[in-house]
Amino acid sequence: MSKHHVTTTINGEPTEYLCETQQTMLDTLRDVLGLTGSKEGCASGDCGACSIIVDGRLVCSCLMLGVEAEGKAITTIEGIAEGDKLHPVQQKFLEHAALQCGFCTPGFIVATKALLDENPNPTETEARYWLAGNLCRCTGYDKIIRAVMDAAAEMRGETVR
Amino acid sequence: MPTLNYAAPSTVDEAVKLLAGASGLAKVLSGGTDLLVQMRSGRLKPELIVDTKKIPGIIGIRQENGGFVVGAATPGAVVEADAGMTAAWPGVVEGLDLIGSTQIQGRCSLAGNLCNASPAADSVPALFAAGAIAVVVGSNGRREVPVEQIPASPGRTTLAKDEFILEFRFPPRPARSSDAYLRFIPRTEMDIAVVGCGINVTLDEKGVCTAARVALGAVAPTVLLVQDAADALIGHTLDEETLKKLDAAARAACKPINDKRGTIEYRTKVAGVLARRVAAIAFDRAMGKTQGKTH
Amino acid sequence: MNYIVSDLKVVGTRPVRPDGVDKVTGRAVFAADTRGAGMLWGKILRSPHAHARIVSIDTSKAAALPGVKAVVTGADFPDIPSEEAFVGEGPMNFRDLSRNVMARGKVLYEGHALAAVAASTQAICDQALDLIDVQYEVLPFVIEVEAAMAPDAPVLHDDLFTSGVEPKATKASNIAKVVTFKKGDIEAGFKDAEVIVEGRYTTEPVHQAYIEPHACLATYAPDGQITIHASSQGHFMIRAYTAKLLGIDMANIRVNPAEIGGGFGGKTLIYLEPVAVALSKKTGRPVKIQMTREEVFRGSGPTSGATVEVKIGAKKDGTIVAAQQVLKFQAGAFPGSPINPGCMCGFAMYDLPNVDVVGYDVVSNRPKVAAYRAPGAPITSFAVESLMDDLARKLEMDPLVLRQKNAAKNGTKTHYGPTHVNIGFEQVLAAVESHPHWKTPVKPGQGRGLATGFWFNIGGESTAQVHVNEDGSITAATGSPDIGGSRASIGMMVAEVLGVPAERVRTVVADTASIGFTHVTGGSRVTFATGMAATQAAEKVVDELKKRAAMIWEIPVEAVDWHEGMAFPAGSNAGAFEPLDLAALALKAARTGGPINAEVALNAQGAGAGFGAHICDVSVDRETGQVTIERYTAVQDVGKAIHPSYVEGQIQGGAAQGIGWALNEEYIYNSKGQLENPGFLDYRCPVASDLPLIEAVLVEVPNPRHPFGARGVGEVPIVPPMAAVANAIRDAIGIRMPSLPMSPPKVRKALDLANGDD
Repeated sequence: MSKHHVTTTINGEPTEYLCETQQTMLDTLRDVLGLTGSKEGCASGDCGACSIIVDGRLVCSCLMLGVEAEGKAITTIEGIAEGDKLHPVQQKFLEHAALQCGFCTPGFIVATKALLDENPNPTETEARYWLAGNLCRCTGYDKIIRAVMDAAAEMRGETVR
Repeated sequence: MPTLNYAAPSTVDEAVKLLAGASGLAKVLSGGTDLLVQMRSGRLKPELIVDTKKIPGIIGIRQENGGFVVGAATPGAVVEADAGMTAAWPGVVEGLDLIGSTQIQGRCSLAGNLCNASPAADSVPALFAAGAIAVVVGSNGRREVPVEQIPASPGRTTLAKDEFILEFRFPPRPARSSDAYLRFIPRTEMDIAVVGCGINVTLDEKGVCTAARVALGAVAPTVLLVQDAADALIGHTLDEETLKKLDAAARAACKPINDKRGTIEYRTKVAGVLARRVAAIAFDRAMGKTQGKTH
Repeated sequence: MNYIVSDLKVVGTRPVRPDGVDKVTGRAVFAADTRGAGMLWGKILRSPHAHARIVSIDTSKAAALPGVKAVVTGADFPDIPSEEAFVGEGPMNFRDLSRNVMARGKVLYEGHALAAVAASTQAICDQALDLIDVQYEVLPFVIEVEAAMAPDAPVLHDDLFTSGVEPKATKASNIAKVVTFKKGDIEAGFKDAEVIVEGRYTTEPVHQAYIEPHACLATYAPDGQITIHASSQGHFMIRAYTAKLLGIDMANIRVNPAEIGGGFGGKTLIYLEPVAVALSKKTGRPVKIQMTREEVFRGSGPTSGATVEVKIGAKKDGTIVAAQQVLKFQAGAFPGSPINPGCMCGFAMYDLPNVDVVGYDVVSNRPKVAAYRAPGAPITSFAVESLMDDLARKLEMDPLVLRQKNAAKNGTKTHYGPTHVNIGFEQVLAAVESHPHWKTPVKPGQGRGLATGFWFNIGGESTAQVHVNEDGSITAATGSPDIGGSRASIGMMVAEVLGVPAERVRTVVADTASIGFTHVTGGSRVTFATGMAATQAAEKVVDELKKRAAMIWEIPVEAVDWHEGMAFPAGSNAGAFEPLDLAALALKAARTGGPINAEVALNAQGAGAGFGAHICDVSVDRETGQVTIERYTAVQDVGKAIHPSYVEGQIQGGAAQGIGWALNEEYIYNSKGQLENPGFLDYRCPVASDLPLIEAVLVEVPNPRHPFGARGVGEVPIVPPMAAVANAIRDAIGIRMPSLPMSPPKVRKALDLANGDD
């Protein structure tokens, strides 16, 4: 079978590409489109490093086929900042030193954005459970959770830390 | 090199035709959270993938004749966000909610979880306990099958090659009815259930159980409906004696294996523990003492 | 120069790291993100057997598959003679390394590499691997350490004779070496003891479980020049090992350090690079290999599993008079477990008159172990600190007081030789004593545990450059891959010396052709050793800048001062000149002697040992055996925190890894010697909802051997957690858990046994 022609929207840009059936959305982003910000840590949905948002839902791009993107609206880590203006979640990750090696960071940032889009005022426990599908081996999650809570507060317009 | 074909039909007939016509292994894709992992690891080498998500009605929730109908490929996150389902079937919703991560919730479905036919599937014990009916479509038309008749053995279902599930029908709820699901895992999230337990009850005004279904996961080759455990509840309030009998009945039903996720001994003990805990939640909910999901 | 008592403006603050924006926007380039023109994919065939002779490998069908461009096996690599080198964080024999990268003659563990293919797509690679026909003669195997030591155990290497024993071993065995450390008279010590406690402990191998799988891209040019992009803890290490294993000059290999997605010691050796180079050489095209997660677990190094026996004798007042330990460490398929640090670190926290420690390095049919954060120390400390807790209970003594009574201090001679100098263990214990966590009563139903840990830290060879760019901005380059924020700490030290804000300094990691040799990022050495080199390079630059100002002003260099990033005349006698800033001096650089920069290469000594103490509160679900970490505080002497956030991050991350090791992480083998849990689903690293906030308490006892007083901080925090958790469980349920992981089934079983229910 020849490759599939897919028309979709990625980070607001109308995008067309060709992919094979077995190529996951992650393979497609990385190897076809050169969007390498989404990372492969496991390819089995257990680490969250490949997290993307599809039609408003957080998913692992390793558990979706590239061909399934037809007609969808997809946000990847490359589309979180607006131009050179970082998203508050990105800014808070920097301020709180919520990353060490940085490999899991794109997935965490995408997942956190999805959390705050749905629940602008999460408790620490809610944030921890929402992010349980994103593995970080460097930080022990402490600074990540602080960054998430602080980003949420800032996005709500609160200044308290 | 054998090629892998993909089709996303927009009608049931088309989908059934594709499945029936496949010469090799054909797999239905709904959320893909099991299928893609199995393909990537090489355990499964299908020739055709039939993506059913474009079929009308296969995603979505509606009320019909006093009961809920949930499209087979409806993502877990959609079901969880549905206030009606959460109020009527909190146990089914929490079972779905416990499948994998938030990311998995964005894709995983009741049909996928059921048809993957893992004895440890998180949504299945609650689905069994609920007495849900699977609406199955295939070349021979449409049939309604009690969910507990779908899994046959680990990884196998009773569905024919050209059949798939279109939707699940949940029966209308009598007064003072509710359900609950708990599973035990070593971590707080992301593990496969070592044991899972779903209980669905109806109580009378005094809190005496008039109807019950108890299902256990990960303690046998398929999820089990445990009639003895249900019998331990029916006719009783949830007193110490009843809990003791429930615990014993749950343990007696277990036929688990030793594996990397748990030992026979441990699974059996925990099955009894969970049955007690789940019953307590289901009874409280049925009496209106608590609302919604626990976690 | 020494800045320990200076009024610091940059060091000790918390600026945004130089590589931060790249990492929060997805722009940072890790090895798997690289591509080459005409690139092929490479994949490795791995043994399904724990131990087998390779009778034959027929690659013809694979090679004939359309899209396959090359196939290699062990026969395509030079047969490397036995040669020991101490590199990375442990000893390495190049013959073993070569055979670990590509098996010769035998496969020694499930997952052992034995062939590789290059093809145009990954899918074709997978198909080609299926077409390689390997005939195996399956051999008996052995997995567990004590079984491997048994006289009748299957022997992995028929030329492995135990070293360190008298008389010399005459029969090959799986015991690679025996090491002993003695101090004083152990028998007299125990005779003198009024209370004796002993215990036997076991630990399972745990994986570093960095989220980034190993990956590299190699290009072999027709002139023999090789370029490698790799994610590792040391690109000089990659260059040296690849050159050695392929028999080529280092000068022909240039390694570009891609960002590294976690290592924790596990990326201080190579797996893929020589294979990618061999495939690139055969095909004339760039070849990228990236491991799957399953390959990472099956084929790359976890740390040792072990059995450890400990016996401690004390006086009734708590004074320890004798301490004895026997450690048996799994090395995996080739010798080289961290048995030496295992023997060194267990008792190093204490001032002990009589010590006897024996360690065994034992091979078995498991993946070769790799360094993992304070290699060996967590294992030995789990045993010692568990027993210390039992000793405190037996003496009816507060566990903190027992440790304070015996704490090592400056001048304490260790049982492995060196005398502790400039250490801060007593200060760490004092910080525990005064911490609100320690002073708050344990909540009802919970238990509290205390445990301490030690790591000696290392220095070693580093090179750093500081460049004043033409516009006066600063670039600092080092040879140390940045695994957790070292660009920030190094840039901050340079900024402090130059008197400029941290943001003014751009720190980069230079490739092997662009900077001098630098040892791996490991042993907690980068901020110490590379930081020292960078500080000295910055000082040289300041000297040069002062010289340039003196030239411009036509005054002696002694009459020029440097502060706030500017040259000032030193006092009124020097003349009335407007200060010259970096931009002004850079502008005139061409006329004052050319580019302004400096490089310092050094071999840093005096790393300064690190000590930590952790307090852990747990609750235990007695029906399921599940342990919940309710509160966690980690206190550590960090010397001087250059960037406190990243120091805290090291401590929190190390503690979290230790908690995972304590509760759920383990390699699980089936009866065929195959790993049962090679994925994140069943290899259970802590997830966000498993942990509380982890409070990191920084104690700063400056290390006088570092210009800012820094000492390594990355490794100590993984040492105490297992015993801290075990001691907390002991406190909560009254049961000593001597076997890791303390997973729910084990805890429930222990409770049932204690209740007589079993």
